[in-house]
Amino acid sequence: MSAVTAVGAPRIWGLLAEFETPDELLHAARNARDEGYRRMDAYTPFPIHGLSDAMGFRPTKLPLLVLAGGLVGGLTALAAMWFSTTIHYPLNVAGKPFASWPMFVPITFEATVLFAALTAVFGMLGMNGLPMPYHPVFNAPRFAFASRDRFFLCIEARDPGFDLETTRAFLSRLGAREVVVVEE
Amino acid sequence: MSDVPRGGGQRSSGPPVIGPGHTYASVTDKISSIVLARRTPVFWVVGFFLSFLLAMGLLTALSYLFAKGLGIWGINQPVEWAFDIINFVWWIGIGHAGTLISAILLLLRQEWRTSINRFAEAMTLFAVACAGLFPIIHLGRPWLAYWLLPYPNTMALWPQWRSPLVWDVFAISTYATVSLLFWFVGLIPDLATLRDRARRKGFQVLYGMLAMGWRGSALHWHRYEMAYLLLAGLATPLVISVHTIVSFDFAVGIVPGWHSTIFPPYFVAGAIYAGFAMVLLLSIPLRKVYGLEDFITMRHLQNMAKVMLATGLVVGYGYVIEAFMAWYSANPYETYMMSNRMRGPYAPAYWALMLCNIVAPQFLWLKRVRSSPPALWAIALVVSIGMWLERFVIIVVSLHRDFLPSSWGMYSPTIWDWTTFLGTIGLFLALMFLFIRFLPMISIFEMRTLVPEAKPYGKEAVPEESVAGETG
Repeated sequence: MSAVTAVGAPRIWGLLAEFETPDELLHAARNARDEGYRRMDAYTPFPIHGLSDAMGFRPTKLPLLVLAGGLVGGLTALAAMWFSTTIHYPLNVAGKPFASWPMFVPITFEATVLFAALTAVFGMLGMNGLPMPYHPVFNAPRFAFASRDRFFLCIEARDPGFDLETTRAFLSRLGAREVVVVEE
Repeated sequence: MSDVPRGGGQRSSGPPVIGPGHTYASVTDKISSIVLARRTPVFWVVGFFLSFLLAMGLLTALSYLFAKGLGIWGINQPVEWAFDIINFVWWIGIGHAGTLISAILLLLRQEWRTSINRFAEAMTLFAVACAGLFPIIHLGRPWLAYWLLPYPNTMALWPQWRSPLVWDVFAISTYATVSLLFWFVGLIPDLATLRDRARRKGFQVLYGMLAMGWRGSALHWHRYEMAYLLLAGLATPLVISVHTIVSFDFAVGIVPGWHSTIFPPYFVAGAIYAGFAMVLLLSIPLRKVYGLEDFITMRHLQNMAKVMLATGLVVGYGYVIEAFMAWYSANPYETYMMSNRMRGPYAPAYWALMLCNIVAPQFLWLKRVRSSPPALWAIALVVSIGMWLERFVIIVVSLHRDFLPSSWGMYSPTIWDWTTFLGTIGLFLALMFLFIRFLPMISIFEMRTLVPEAKPYGKEAVPEESVAGETG
């Protein structure tokens, strides 16, 4: 963490390498991983197939979270309907059963979908740490192109294998168009 | 072909879904420049002004309605439901195509959906907003609409869980919420693009806040794609459930012409039919004025025409079965309902409906018609009118003569019915105009995945097709 701190100088977040195509980025990510780098991230204008594998990401836990959210939603709705029609305010309509579950299906379904969808969106945003108004990587001068047509790989200073000169040379060897230091 | 990126990479047969010569940069610049351009096009100003005027008509009609009550409408006994519910069902149906395009076609890996999904989703959102208005304003005391929600109250009252009208409350509000989430999640990466490309400070701040600090991180995309896929999987059964529940509003009632098991599938097909007609109505002029023919190609228009033809045939089957069951059941009320539709005082509406919804789409069998945008636009307009007439026939014509001839009646809309209906069209169009001016109407990041250079492992990529042909 405290690899390159000099008093007064800005701390370094990492080294950002710019690539022109997804293939170059994939190639670089694989090599960086083989080289032993772990604390790194790529920045791309669209999702690139195979990048998650190249970066070594584990499958996300989001689906489990969404399943839990959906179950909570559906069970809450079902419980509310069951409670209100059998315990809190039982109303005899033409001798029909109080807990007439087939009539509860539509609302249970809608509540399941509603809670699952809310969990999917807010779960994704929460796991991604968004909203995040500031991030060091935005300090890189050409980073705006990450939302247009350029592909970036950032090896972060907190990686144990990070060394300003070695890592810079390594990234340049991978065919980076430009390698810049990102300040924190 | 399992290892292709979502929304792209897969080369299916037929003409390409994007014009030749595009790159990441060119699609980004082209779509974002529509939003970031300083000059607002003249047609936009005129169009927005006219729709805003209509929307002000809605405001007037609603103010008068809240002051005077439902008596200003043409509804009476026995026609208690009329324009309010017709318009509700019409609008909610229109919304369905947006979800179909964004969710179902995503799951089916139809890459042509990419350039039309964003504004189709916006269309869904605004159509649902218009639809949601009607159940509220058709209440005698609209300020008590919140009684439909389960909340702890001193009256110890609960909603009637067994009523499809209460199911509607849950279905529509869930649908509106999920549509909004889906649309917004899709927008986040594009908002980041706009933030990075905006020149004026105000827009940088505005888009910056909306983008929430999105930076295109690979780890974020990893979760983002999963969330988007899950949302699509959730929205697919949802959209079918919504119009099914809307059809229950009728099918659960015992009125002849309503009490029918065919309603759910027939309503869902009709919703998709009406929705695709509306997507065509909007996309044909939009691609023309903004020069987006490279992105919304003839292939898109032809595919939409084919979906319209297919769903139109399902709807046609529904009409035939309705008539057949009325005859085959030998139930005098059902038989009379059908003959009243065909020969009664509202017969012109029924025959116009047949003309609009069954005869008009048959022209789509012809390739010449499918590849002519003006002809498609005209058919889409006719179908939209036809779908409105369908709801008129189902609602008004069924209600005005049911069981007892002594309680028969007639219905005619008043000026306030029309002002409200046209007003919601104005509201819808005004929101659409605002949307195309301030947000990217085509998903930029998904379009990037369609350009030839986006194929991973570029060397083995399939040869680029050169012309936006018109086959298929």
